[in-house]
This record gives sequence, structure tokens and C-alpha cells, in this order.
Amino acid sequence: MNLLVCISHVPDTTAKINFDAAGKALDATGVQFVINPYDEFSLTKALHLKEAHGGSITVLNVGGPETEPTLRKALAIGADQAIRINATPTDAITVAKELKNHISANTYDLILCGQESIDYNGQQVPAMLGALLNLPFVNACVDLTIDGSSANATGEIDGGHATYSGSLPLVVGGKKGLVEEKDLRIPNMRGIMTARSKPLQVLEASESDTATQAIKFVKPAGKSSVKLVDSVDELVHLLHNEAKAI
Amino acid sequence: MDAFHHPDYYQLDDLLSEEHKMVRDATRDWIKRSVSPIIEDYAQRAAFPDHLVKEMGEIGLFGPYISEEYGGAGLDHMSYGLMMQEVERGDSGVRSTCSVQSSLVMFPIYAYGSEAQKRKFLPKLATGEFLGSFGLTEPNFGSNPGGMTTNFKEDGDDVILNGAKMWISNAPFCDVAVVWAKNESGRIKGIIVERGMEGFTTPETHNKWSLRASATGELVFDNVRVPKSNILPGRDGLGAPLSCLDSARFGIAWGALGAAMDCYDTALRYSKERIQFGKPIAGFQLQQKKLAEMITEITKAQLLTYRLGQLKNEGKATTGQISMAKRNNVEIALKIAREARQMLGGMGITGDFSIMRHMMNLESVVTYEGTHDIHLLITGLDITGENAFV
Repeated sequence: MNLLVCISHVPDTTAKINFDAAGKALDATGVQFVINPYDEFSLTKALHLKEAHGGSITVLNVGGPETEPTLRKALAIGADQAIRINATPTDAITVAKELKNHISANTYDLILCGQESIDYNGQQVPAMLGALLNLPFVNACVDLTIDGSSANATGEIDGGHATYSGSLPLVVGGKKGLVEEKDLRIPNMRGIMTARSKPLQVLEASESDTATQAIKFVKPAGKSSVKLVDSVDELVHLLHNEAKAI
Repeated sequence: MDAFHHPDYYQLDDLLSEEHKMVRDATRDWIKRSVSPIIEDYAQRAAFPDHLVKEMGEIGLFGPYISEEYGGAGLDHMSYGLMMQEVERGDSGVRSTCSVQSSLVMFPIYAYGSEAQKRKFLPKLATGEFLGSFGLTEPNFGSNPGGMTTNFKEDGDDVILNGAKMWISNAPFCDVAVVWAKNESGRIKGIIVERGMEGFTTPETHNKWSLRASATGELVFDNVRVPKSNILPGRDGLGAPLSCLDSARFGIAWGALGAAMDCYDTALRYSKERIQFGKPIAGFQLQQKKLAEMITEITKAQLLTYRLGQLKNEGKATTGQISMAKRNNVEIALKIAREARQMLGGMGITGDFSIMRHMMNLESVVTYEGTHDIHLLITGLDITGENAFV
């Protein structure tokens, strides 16, 4: 199987997020970056599929040179080769088009993404990619089995799950459930050493313009301190007159 | 609680390669997943988490600087140091297991062993299928290992080994032991003793208040018949085991730094959250003095270990330089553990925090692999040329 995993390079989940003075871009000072956790579930699923069916795993990222350590980590975990499309991932449609341009020029049996990236949480790229490639797409995928050239994929829907069957290729937006957290792999030292010599190819971007531009990012207001009250009457009074919540 | 972010006051991360950072972060992730959740319980019960040995092998913590041909990862010494830093941030006992396996068992076999010995033992030691121990210290010969009485006599294709070694990490669970003993002419040689050889026993040392999650014991040899092919052919004399100690002490210098970082991180977080007299205790001068001194000492120790790592990679690190780093870093770690313990008040003595465990562990670390005082004499000899050991 020729497996492709799309990888985003995102701030660590515990990073303190700030924006630049103009409020137009993330201030990356002191921020540690990691493989997008949703993508990590998909990468781990790809490793399981490769171990069961054989084949090769390519990890693909749209980003600048600063994202290469994230791709190297994916290689250390077990991907066979990495490709970085040299572009700033400014908005979802631009990223999806870059991915599509590469994918349509190659042959992949399965395209695994995370359901969303935890930086901007747009939940758009995998669906756009499916549409641009004219391929079936299963979002919030929590189970996937492959049998020859066909696949069964289960995705979360409101209040339940839906299972679909179809033929490959397929685009999947994965999340926890596709594999479990305990299945996520820490690169071992030999893997880190081996990652040195695995290919990391840089391709120039093919899309020149971004569709949208960020005007301003605003962080949510900080939480105010807790006020302890002594009686229900006082609580009702405060909720009604001060918070105006009731 | 936020993830651990190591103190990096002088931006030393900028000097590390992406690969070094990946090695460190992978080790940190493994510690977080497999060690931190269980280690307090094992330490409280004075039990050795032997299930971790295989995991340590899988993640690659054993002999990382040994070539891939023999099961290692072929990484550099800086990588090894960073691994030891992260492992000891989890627990000194677990780090001791790694240090012994890598520097005291795999290193001498790799550096002084025959090709057959390397092929027989190193791959299994690298995966954790075999656990190793190192026998140098004896009941009456600690700081003076050259006086050892453990000895062997030739008998055909074998030697007959007699004697006893004490304070041996991993001893109760070890499959192989690299033992240093004198031949009939009084020359020190390294011998690989294997579990199951008749007359070889490994009684456990009980009632330790330190390194409680690490198994310590004796190696006792009562007319143990060992094939001559198990003698390390590459080097003999006291310099051979001492070179192993150089490698282990290098790892300890990094490891102690990890324990210090963990204590500092705990104290810093706690001081920001603990309210007394209406404000966080971090806002009081006496607490700030403690924290400011801790980060200063950690930063100095980081600079020392970083440079030592460079020297070790270039093959230029001397015994004196390694001694200085081991002595300094363990001392500052112990002081930081004690100060951090005070900052947490009563909470500091409980197992809810790692500080007291680190502090008790470091009481061993300050003594083993060359005592705190002996390291001063190594430095003293190095700078004056005068031997003050005897």
C-alpha cells in the first residue's frame, strides 16, 4: 500500500499562545512545536496498516523549513519518506490545493489526515482535499479496515457513528479511536538515527495566492476570579443584578 | 498541570542539534508515559520495576553510543548525556540501571571485548534481554579499588574465580556481570560472569533509604568456573575499570542535572500557587533567593555538561574534567533538592511530589562512582601533580 499522511506542525498543546503586536500572526517565541495530535493518530494508523499489508508511508507537510524537525520526527517514528511543500500555510484552501497538486501527480492508495489541526481548528483541509481530488472522504474517522482495494471506515456523526464502505483511494480525517493514545509511538533511538538518512524532499509551492488573509486574532478574555457566596439568596441576587445571567 | 519545560536560562537549546532535541524529547516522553506514573509506588515499596528493562531496550536507552552493528544506535555522547538527564529527572534509580548497563557493562565489552564477546553479549544487552552489572567495589575496598582481593586462578581452559563485590546496582536481577579481579600475578582483569555459573550468587541489599526503585546487591563468587574466553582481552590493570567509570560519571553529571531540574520545576510551580500571608510565596524575597540560586546553579551545570559533551564527542574529555562535572552537578542537585523540599514545607516530605525521592536518591549518587571527596583529590592531583590519595 502506498500510504500518505498529511502532517501539520502545530504548537504544543500546553504552549502559551500569543500574537504579534498587530494581532495578525502567532508569536512563535518560546513555543514548542509538535506533530498535530490528530495527525499523529493517523500516522500511527498508517504504521499499523503498513505492518499488516506492507507498503510505504509518505508524510507530507505544507510549511517552511522550520517544520522539518516535525517531519524528521515522523520519519523517526516509522514513516519512510517525507515531503515538504515550501509554502506558508496561511489558509485552508491554499493548503488543500497544494496537497491536491502533489497527490494528483502521484499514486496513493490512502490519504490520511487528522480531522483538524489544533492550531486554528478549522476542520476544513481534509474535506476540501477530498473534494478537490474528487475522492470519497470520511471525517472524524474512528475506525478503518482495509481489505484489498476496498475500505470500511467509521466516522462520528451527531449522536452516533456511521460506517461506510467503498473502494480506495480514500481521504480520511482521523482522530482518537482510529488508534488509541496508548498506541502512539515514541521514536526510539535507532529510529532517530535512521531518520537521518531517510529522504526529505522539498517541493516548491505551486499556488501563488492565498484565498483569505487574517485581519486580526484576539485571545479570549482571561477568567475572572471565583467569588464565594454564603447563601442561595445572595447567589440569585448576584446572578440577577450583577452578572445579569438570570 | 502544564507539561514540563526544562529550564534553559542561557538558551542552550540553540546549541543543540534537532537530533539532540529529538533524543531528549523522546526520552522525556517515555519517562512521562512509563516511569513518572509508577515510580513513586515502586520507590515506596522498595521494588525494582523490572518490566521497564525491556522498554528501556526498545526505546534505545542502553548503549546508545555503541555502533549499530552491535545493537546500539550509533548516537553521540551528547545524546547519551541528554538521555541520562531526562531519565534521572524521572528517577536516579532508573538512571542508575541505564548507566550501569550502558557505561559499565556494554562499554567495557565494546571497548575491550573480543569480537565473539561483543557478538554474544552486546545485542542482548542493547535490547534489555540481558541485564548487566559491574563488579569493582568490595566490602573493604571502595575508594581504593586497586586493593581488591577478588581473584582468579587458571585451570585449563577456565579460571576459578573467588571473592565478593558489594553495592552493585542491578546485581539481584543481572544476567551477566563484568567483574574485575586479580590474576595470579596480581594484575586486574575484566571477566564476564554469567547467571547460572555454579558458585555465583547475587544476594540483595535490603533496607536502603536511597535508590529504592533500583535493585542493589552483592556478587559472590565461590570457586566459580569461568571459561577463559570470558576474560576481556583488550585491556587490563586498574585503568580499565576506571575508564568505564569515566563513561558512567559523564552520564551521572547529566543525570544529576535532570534531578535538579525536576526539583526546581516543582518548587517554582508550587511557589506560584501556594498562598501565604495573602500572596503566592514566590513573591517573598527568601523564596526568590532560593529559586534564583537554583536556576543560577542549574545554568552553570548545564554549561559544564554541554561543554563536556562536546569534549567527549571529540575524544578529548579527561578524567579530571569528568570528575569535576560529576562532583559539581551532584552537589548542586543535592542542595537544590534540599532547598526545594523546604519550599514545599510539609508537602515536600510526601510522596505526592518527587523532591524527597530525588533528595534521598542523590545521597547515593554523591557517594557512588567516586565519592564527593575522592573527586576533589582527582582534581587536586590533576592540577598539582601531587597524589594526595595515600
